[in-house]
Amino acid sequence: MTKRIGEVILSFTNISLSFGGVNALTRIGFDVKEHEIRAIIGPNGAGKSSMLNVINGVYHPQQGEIVFRGKARRGMNTYESAKSGIARTFQNIALFKGMSVLDNIMTGRNLKMRSNFLLDALYWGPAQREEIAHRKKAEEIIDFLEIQHIRKTPVGRLPYGLQKRVELGRALAAEPAILLLDEPMAGMNVEEKQDMCRFILDVNDQLGTTIVLIEHDMGVVMDISDRVVVLDYGKKIADGTPDEVRANQDVIDAYLGVAH
Amino acid sequence: MFYREAGQFKATYEEDSRIFPIRQDRIVFAFILAFAFLGVPLLASLGIVSNYTFTAILTPFLIFSLAALGLNILTGYAGQLSLGTAAFMAVGAFASYNFMLRIEGMPILVAFMLGGLCAAAVGIVFGLPSLRIRGFYLAAATLATQFFIVWCLTKVGWFTNYSSSGVISAQKIVILGYTFQSSMSKYLFVLAVVSVMALLAKNMVRSNIGRSWMAIRDMDMAAEVIGFRPIRTKLMAFAVSSFYCGVAGALFAYAYLGTVEPEGFNLDLSFRILFMVIIGGAGSILGSFLGAAFIVLLPIYLNVLLNFTEAATGIDLPSGLSSSVELMVFGSLIIFFLIVEPHGLARLWQIGKEKLRLWPFPH
Amino acid sequence: MQFFFEVLIAGLLSGVMYSLVALGYVLIYKASGVFNFAQGAMVFFAALTAVGLHDLGLSLWVAVPLTMAVMVVLGLVTERIVLRPLVAQPEITLFMATIGLSFFIEGLAQAIWGANVRGLDLGIDDVPLEWLLDHANMAISQFDLIAAAIAAAMVAALAIFFSKTKIGRALRAVADDHQAALSVGIPLHHVWGVVWAVAGFVALVSGLLWGARNGVQFSLTFLALKALPVLILGGFTSVPGAIVGGLIIGASEKLAEVFLGPYVGGGIDGWFPYVLALLFLLVRPEGLFGEKIIRRI
Repeated sequence: MTKRIGEVILSFTNISLSFGGVNALTRIGFDVKEHEIRAIIGPNGAGKSSMLNVINGVYHPQQGEIVFRGKARRGMNTYESAKSGIARTFQNIALFKGMSVLDNIMTGRNLKMRSNFLLDALYWGPAQREEIAHRKKAEEIIDFLEIQHIRKTPVGRLPYGLQKRVELGRALAAEPAILLLDEPMAGMNVEEKQDMCRFILDVNDQLGTTIVLIEHDMGVVMDISDRVVVLDYGKKIADGTPDEVRANQDVIDAYLGVAH
Repeated sequence: MFYREAGQFKATYEEDSRIFPIRQDRIVFAFILAFAFLGVPLLASLGIVSNYTFTAILTPFLIFSLAALGLNILTGYAGQLSLGTAAFMAVGAFASYNFMLRIEGMPILVAFMLGGLCAAAVGIVFGLPSLRIRGFYLAAATLATQFFIVWCLTKVGWFTNYSSSGVISAQKIVILGYTFQSSMSKYLFVLAVVSVMALLAKNMVRSNIGRSWMAIRDMDMAAEVIGFRPIRTKLMAFAVSSFYCGVAGALFAYAYLGTVEPEGFNLDLSFRILFMVIIGGAGSILGSFLGAAFIVLLPIYLNVLLNFTEAATGIDLPSGLSSSVELMVFGSLIIFFLIVEPHGLARLWQIGKEKLRLWPFPH
Repeated sequence: MQFFFEVLIAGLLSGVMYSLVALGYVLIYKASGVFNFAQGAMVFFAALTAVGLHDLGLSLWVAVPLTMAVMVVLGLVTERIVLRPLVAQPEITLFMATIGLSFFIEGLAQAIWGANVRGLDLGIDDVPLEWLLDHANMAISQFDLIAAAIAAAMVAALAIFFSKTKIGRALRAVADDHQAALSVGIPLHHVWGVVWAVAGFVALVSGLLWGARNGVQFSLTFLALKALPVLILGGFTSVPGAIVGGLIIGASEKLAEVFLGPYVGGGIDGWFPYVLALLFLLVRPEGLFGEKIIRRI
């Protein structure tokens, strides 16, 4: 199976981010190509999550340039980032605990909804039609992720692995161009990991979504990623295909420690 | 046994996203509505339902339900705690009064709408701090609303039409030449308004706007990341909630009390409505009604109980004891519900229904 | 100008009393993360109990320690019945529970002692201090001065209690992280019990001072509500914040009422502190001395 990896869709040059004197990221530069699965790995505290937060506008780097679809973005906030087609999941599940699975996934479609609150209040005509149309889309995602049986269950009652899946569903509902996954397999058992891998590959394959993911499980990362960037102490130490990265001496040192 | 949904197949998403997807629920609800609109007046004409029932129980119950519904939108759905509910009610009442007073031929329903809109505007202004603060910081800030608005209405004579005592007498409710004079007609008027507004609220909370509120409530960071704008969402919750409270306040003045002063909308009333939401169930439309019924009925039954104790034991209980006992019972119930069932009566109702689905089998 | 200072000083003196009430809130918030809305009710309950016992013929020397005992019991019972089952609930749930608690305590106080206003005479006259009247020609109430002195002494004692004693250290540890405190062997419930008892003591002192000034009545609970803007200004976790916040609120409220009030019809001290706090919140949500909270995702 050959995947058609496209042009560069998102690129970073010289990204530096610091919190009150502590450097989280130092002059990071890499790019993401369309339709690829791009992994960011590194030891704890390497700045992976910070990088993800920079991509979707939670943090604003003090220096550096981000180019998304050929346009430089400056100080883009999370809303604009979502609007431009970037969706994400979180390391610690950030679902809406009081709402059902279906409602959670429906929230992912909010940017595609047109009706205003007055029409919503009447729940009539265009408002109802729109709601039903989005419901159909949400149901497609529910089918895709095989969570039909829990669609009306409040998310708070679900086990961890399923919650992770629902969170992926909510991000997919936005039909994103780029999907950011922050440790999608953390805390899962082997079967759950396999399921999640399958979903990620299917999303990438069938929907053509570009995926940027952070993951600790090396086996998974090396198996599913097209290219891997390695961070350590906020600096980039390697970038390339899984095989190249695996052979890189700096990476081995960072993970295993250096003999003195 | 009777409450089974087996055999009721939903073929379309329209059917699945109805307010009552289960047929039995629809039947029960239709029955309750029919009873409220037709049965109660019929019983009244037979002399079974007294005037007192209308003026002291049914009408206030409906009005408080509406106010609780308003607060529930803000606190239960959008997660923004407010201690200023009564202030928004006051704005609705006094604004409606002035629209009626100062504009010739103003239709009463339009005046109520405008009163609600004024309350919504005030709600937006006092909701602004919610953009920066949360939790009880916000609760403390809403106290500013409560005290400031009541002071304003008391001090600025224009609002009360320079009435020396600060008391206003609400105009008559006249629609298309019909005057709602009797306690029963007022009840029916309130019932109609509350029914329509409850339906609209239900529709809001099951569509995108409602989901945006709940998303902000449950995890505001994530809500922002998936594209809900916190400013818009929170202010919308304040506006809609205050609108409901404003209309409730107008009904409170026009259909329940008749004459009202700004002090009538004090902090105590705000708390009472908050209690309705907590006991009835935060984040539930039905809960607002259950909570209101509970809080309206409780003092009445407490009084009966105390009188009975007095008569039975022959001990002369000090006057004012019933109001103290009422405070204690309210307080303990709040604590009880928060500990035992934070989702209130509405959740108990839901659990009951789930049990009923299985009955007579245990599983 | 003279008059301005008179008002300012009177404001500052009543501000000290606000600080005292606010301190009761800070104590409990620091130790258990509960914003105890019932502090006002506790002030009312304490004052009413002390006066009630006094009216029954007990001397104040007996009535006050007796009330103290009652407050300790009340604190311990509250910790056991209300807070322990609600551990690890969201702050807002705990807050609402204390609203319920405040209703209960208010009802209890009135059920036992009746709803009438009672006077309390601590034996200090509310007259201008002659020395100041003679020398600086300023009318400053002797009562206010003494009350402020007592309050200031309390505030100082509590500050020392917090920073120097073993229980104070345990308290700060608990405030920082319940779980961690438990794991190093700090008896959590014991600490909470102590805190509630101390808060009860603070309530008693504030209740006696306020009660002697304005009569022991239901409106005491509203006075205690004024501690809320004090806390917003000072930050919910800061002892110095409570003190400075109290002084600011006390002074600004009096000044606003005297110099601004006449233009808008008076009575603005009812809401002025709240609006001041609200405006302040917009500028600095964490308060003057509060810790800036960094929210992580």
